[in-house]
Amino acid sequence: MTTTDWEIVIGLEVHTQLATRSKIFSGASTAFGAEPNTQACAIDLAMPGTLPVLNEEALRMAVMFGIAVNAEIGKTSAFDRKNYFYPDLPKGYQTTQLERPIVGAGYVDIQRADGSSKRIRIHHAHLEEDAGKSLHEDFHGMSGIDLNRAGTPLIEIVSEPDMRSADEAVAFARKLHGIVTALGICDGDMSQGSMRFDVNISIRRPGAGFGTRTETKNLNSFRFMERAIALEVERQINVLEEGGSIVQETRLYDGDKDTARSMRSKEQANDYRYFPCPDLLPVEIDDAYIEALRADLPELPDVRRQRFVQQYQLSTYDADVLGCDTGLATFFETTTLQCGNAKLVANWVMGELSAKLNSTGLDIRESRVTPQGLSTLITRIADQSISNNMAKQVFEAMWNGEGDCDAIIAARGFQQMSDSDAIATLVEQVIADNAQQIANYIKADASKRPKMLGYFVGQVMKLSRGQANPQQVNDMVLSKLNALL
Amino acid sequence: MHNLTLAELSLGLDNRDFSSVELTQFFLERIATLDQRYNSFITVTPELALQQAQAADRRRTAGAVPAMCGVPIVHKDIFCTRGVRTSCGSKMLDNFIPPYDATVVANFAAAGAVVLGKSNMDEFAMGSSNETSYYGPVKNPWDTGCVPGGSSGGSAAAVAARLTPAATATDTGGSIRQPAALCGITGLKPTYGRVSRWGMIAFASSLDQAGPMARTAQDAALLLNVMASFDPKDSTSVERDVPDYTAGINSDLTGLTVGLPREYFDAGLNPGTERALRDAVAELQKLGVTVKDISLPHSALSVPAYYVIAPAEASANLSRFDGVRYGYRCADPEDLRDMYMRSRAEGFGDEVKRRILVGAYCLSAGYYDAYYKKAQQVRRLIKQDFVAAFADVDVIIGPTCPNPAFAFGAKGDNPVAMYLEDIYTIATNLAGLPGMSIPCGLVDNKPVGLQIIGNYFDEARMLNIAHRLQQVTDWHTHTAPGLN
Repeated sequence: MTTTDWEIVIGLEVHTQLATRSKIFSGASTAFGAEPNTQACAIDLAMPGTLPVLNEEALRMAVMFGIAVNAEIGKTSAFDRKNYFYPDLPKGYQTTQLERPIVGAGYVDIQRADGSSKRIRIHHAHLEEDAGKSLHEDFHGMSGIDLNRAGTPLIEIVSEPDMRSADEAVAFARKLHGIVTALGICDGDMSQGSMRFDVNISIRRPGAGFGTRTETKNLNSFRFMERAIALEVERQINVLEEGGSIVQETRLYDGDKDTARSMRSKEQANDYRYFPCPDLLPVEIDDAYIEALRADLPELPDVRRQRFVQQYQLSTYDADVLGCDTGLATFFETTTLQCGNAKLVANWVMGELSAKLNSTGLDIRESRVTPQGLSTLITRIADQSISNNMAKQVFEAMWNGEGDCDAIIAARGFQQMSDSDAIATLVEQVIADNAQQIANYIKADASKRPKMLGYFVGQVMKLSRGQANPQQVNDMVLSKLNALL
Repeated sequence: MHNLTLAELSLGLDNRDFSSVELTQFFLERIATLDQRYNSFITVTPELALQQAQAADRRRTAGAVPAMCGVPIVHKDIFCTRGVRTSCGSKMLDNFIPPYDATVVANFAAAGAVVLGKSNMDEFAMGSSNETSYYGPVKNPWDTGCVPGGSSGGSAAAVAARLTPAATATDTGGSIRQPAALCGITGLKPTYGRVSRWGMIAFASSLDQAGPMARTAQDAALLLNVMASFDPKDSTSVERDVPDYTAGINSDLTGLTVGLPREYFDAGLNPGTERALRDAVAELQKLGVTVKDISLPHSALSVPAYYVIAPAEASANLSRFDGVRYGYRCADPEDLRDMYMRSRAEGFGDEVKRRILVGAYCLSAGYYDAYYKKAQQVRRLIKQDFVAAFADVDVIIGPTCPNPAFAFGAKGDNPVAMYLEDIYTIATNLAGLPGMSIPCGLVDNKPVGLQIIGNYFDEARMLNIAHRLQQVTDWHTHTAPGLN
């Protein structure tokens, strides 16, 4: 069995929490992390007689998104009720948009690993309210309900089934993440559920019609998304190659165990009995409203990555990675602004810093090394105060909170030795202590000498306890040896 | 004192003929003595009423006050009242005490009105006879063997029995006008959006509208002055200035044109009711009004369209009553499903369940287009009928309902017969128009009502016509037997 015999077809539904201060239909706060049920007002609790009023900020943000993805904006959009019973859905229906969404068809372009780009179409994006949370632990066999999240504004972004690999799906997801964070309409914090991905996956023989799809719900990291797609594609291939057929179903992926299971089949699916919400009038917006937002739109990832190439002479690859992620881009630019040296900053942000963030699961805004700290570190590398190796140790120490960059360098005695006289003394000593090796060097064929040179340089570095500037040592040893020939 | 109108009571308070406390005590005693006959209250609030009366008296001493200051009223138990149980006539909310006031309640509180209590009603306003209330039926003061109409039967009976000078009510398909007609009082359903729905427990959101019940058109105007407001908390509330509805109430009617829809004078109309109506129209002609026959061709479709749209909206509106956060919860649920099913099965009455089932059915996959969508199309046709009619006439006049009050149980086994009670009132809700009922005669010693349907936001003109008619007729002064 090989995956190359099959074409993978992927479509995404992305729930994006909007960064409004208050909820979509009430004045309650949307801040994350408060005590359960302290940020739910009478409207969020669906108390009798309460009524929704649309938060204009949510509307504005949705329109901004529509503009950013080159979409038609719904001049008249309307809300519908999606009916189902669940304890964390207080009204017994979700207020959403079915027939007339605020954002119509649009697209974004993704950059593939080979440098090419691909257009992914967006079917539509609609405004809706988030549900609360059901808590199944710590309640002695009962469930707790926290309605703080109930009524948080969401846009649900629905793509066309245009992606053909997990990489493309992740690139699309990253691009959306970059766009909504660049617009400032979402904090992009996936660990807190600010963006959640539902992935529709089917496979087919190249050229055939669409296969039956499954939906894997609520993936909250790019890594989980990649894993969940890989697992589901493998499962579907196995089923089909063993002569079975795919059942249309909703699946749940467990990131901790890296497994997925079926949640419900199409037959068990709810009849949501959608109908227009009579408590909310259709929302009418005009061209002037849209154009005013378009004029004030912040810089988007595609523009940003081109600017990074031009302004900082970054490679296309570096500019793609940094430009697409608003958090990284901001960190990169803030740091570069302080220390210059864009290339070195880019390397560090994409290298050590990203690795640290990944291994700790922290968001860039929670980074324990600040742009100020990194910029000092890079200045010390650039002025040759410390070596690259030392810098890595200093970075580690900064991350662990051991103090600021210069204090750590001082405390560890990491000052790089650049004093020529001091280095010359060490070089003299090494030559004096290694008469036999010097003799061998002199006798050796010229082509072998560069390799042998390393031995002497190493000895000098050892004597300096690693603090001598390696380039200087190299130059000095070479000139001394040449003089002996 | 109980025969004084709101306007007269307000004047009496101004003249210090009596204090608000005296007035309030008088009506509280009257309720305590008489309401066992009518069952028009679910909750009486004597302590709150006397506190409010004392405050009103102090306010009146301090200076000029609004007309309603110190005047007692009753709120239908569909309006949320902070700290006072608000049941909506249902076991489901028998234990529900809202932490907020409906805007209507807040408006009256700001005007200084005194709340005597909360009136009985059909469960969740679903009914035309008040027989669906969890708290037992309200009895018609004119004949306690007959229904008072519904769903605002408690408010209507309380006004008719002179237990309160005025009451608030709501109207989704006739729930103000039909009980007003059957109890011989004046009731007005304003234009949709004129009165805030905030804090008014929803039955069918696109049709529900609150309005006043009183003895006279003038009193209804005073009440509407307080009730009507633009409310940013209700997205369907209309941002439009509220006129003083009493200002033009005496205007000359000469030159006005009244339309009589032929569909409203059909075979289903009781001949006695028709005679009373024709007499009233003749009085209007004497006041200078021109009468014109008109047609509202889609009238017959209003009941079926309504009984798709209203239950559909209700089926969603009532989903929040799930036993999770407030209201009735069944004892010892086995699991979530059991809690949902038994809480709702035990908490709702039969008529409510019937409408939830009908509504859910009409919205379900495969039936939506045939029922809900079709009904919305019919709704547009009905609205167009009225728009066309109002091109030619200033107001439309017809019966409020076909017959006077019927006996308890008379339509109990036949929901459709009950639904046809609202045949003349439902269309205005579907169109969002204002409608009003005033007493225009007695048939079998029971009152019948004349309905005035106005153009959008034309309540002032309707009140003007009703008031002028009440100046030359005395049906509004008739009192149910045994009350004087």
